[in-house]
Amino acid sequence: MQQSILLSGQKFQITIQRLCRQLIENHHDFENSVIIGIQPRGIYLAKRIKEELQNIIGIDNILFGELDITFYRDDFRRKESGPLVPNSTSIEFVIENKKVILIDDVLWTGRTIRSALDAIQAFGRPEKVELLVLVDRRFSRHLPIEPDYIGIQVDSINSQRVTVNWQETDQQDQIILLTEDNN
Amino acid sequence: MADTAQQLSTKHLLGIKDLSTDDIHLLLDTAHTFKDVINRPIKKVPSLRDITIANVFFENSTRTRLSFELAEKRLSADVVNFAASSSSVSKGETLIDTVNNILAMKVDMIVMRHPYPGAGVFLSKHVNAQIINAGDGAHEHPTQALLDAFSIREKYGQVEGKKIAIIGDILHSRVALSNILCLQKLGAEVMVCGPTTLIPKYITSLGVKVEHDLLKALNWCDVANMLRIQLERQDISYFPSLREYSMLYGLNKKILDSLDKEITIMHPGPINRGVEITSDVADSKHSIILDQVQNGVAVRMAVLYLLAGKRI
Repeated sequence: MQQSILLSGQKFQITIQRLCRQLIENHHDFENSVIIGIQPRGIYLAKRIKEELQNIIGIDNILFGELDITFYRDDFRRKESGPLVPNSTSIEFVIENKKVILIDDVLWTGRTIRSALDAIQAFGRPEKVELLVLVDRRFSRHLPIEPDYIGIQVDSINSQRVTVNWQETDQQDQIILLTEDNN
Repeated sequence: MADTAQQLSTKHLLGIKDLSTDDIHLLLDTAHTFKDVINRPIKKVPSLRDITIANVFFENSTRTRLSFELAEKRLSADVVNFAASSSSVSKGETLIDTVNNILAMKVDMIVMRHPYPGAGVFLSKHVNAQIINAGDGAHEHPTQALLDAFSIREKYGQVEGKKIAIIGDILHSRVALSNILCLQKLGAEVMVCGPTTLIPKYITSLGVKVEHDLLKALNWCDVANMLRIQLERQDISYFPSLREYSMLYGLNKKILDSLDKEITIMHPGPINRGVEITSDVADSKHSIILDQVQNGVAVRMAVLYLLAGKRI
């Protein structure tokens, strides 16, 4: 397995900050907006974005939720390995008429986001849903889903994997492209 | 937790006996997330939308059937209900024929309650569908045991090390057997208590304590699971009168207050108020009887979800 680092260090932090600035441009003081991170790995990005937003605009009451999409997946009974273990959902508010910012780390086929759109219906009818991703693996979509805010765009082939590491769990912030060896 | 997949070691749920301790933990953990789901404004998830489930009940039931039906509907499965009393069974159709006819209508899973022990095991060997045992005679009632374990875990944080007394008609109770097996697999200590005639002779071979004095049992336990006297299964008289049974083994407020500790009261239902338990106990703050009912739906959702996930 070969790995190459696509983004790390200061550039990583600048990217997060740019995403926050773009959010502020559209959501101002976040009075009617909510941030929802997608379990499991979108949560780290969502928390980081939330903290950074608080640093920049100085408000600490941005509504924040965590969404698990396990029961909404479209590959149930199609996986050889059996059903996936669910993570927890915690959304302590109703999203009726709110602007929802869905956050995930990597956008690939778009199926997770389709499930997430399905899953958030259980919490009301949002005014609008936007999608923020740190990595957009472009030209690999199975569904007509496109992000509104993009950290970096990556060209990759299906056998490659893109993972995001976080300081909280992996000691450093970086985006890695993993390539299977061909021997 | 990343995208990890785990599955049950069994294709059917016929009894607690076939489950490993890991299976039970997986079921209880999954039930925990489903309990979140059923407390949301919209209580439904689409996981089982391409699955059809038949609830086949050869014996009366209120709670279990409603609970299974709700669990199925909240997972978006299609549901058909079948009650033997209003069916061709009364015209002489055999169990296999009945079930094969239901399966010919493209049903994926069968939830069955039957008066004969082992009916589920028998069926699982002869038909090509996943079977969930919703009670087979005096043998097993696995989902009841799982929801009882879930309720105890919810109350105390864990089942391991807890002392549970099962009190009443042990001889005719499928709840008792499934509970004993389940609680022991989770590391709890189990005692059965009742009149000598209603305790099976070889019950100690399961590694449970036996007690005939209600007060001693209550003083020993953390949780008392009160069982109903199953008059419909009793072919002879096992005790002189219900009144006498109630005086010796009925749980009332006075006995509960005389204990020097607080215990939790459970009951699988249906309650015969004034026989095994009085109303002031059944409705007291010690009782988690209605929590058990709510947990029943979450636990059954977990069972259906995990079993359905095994089919590729």
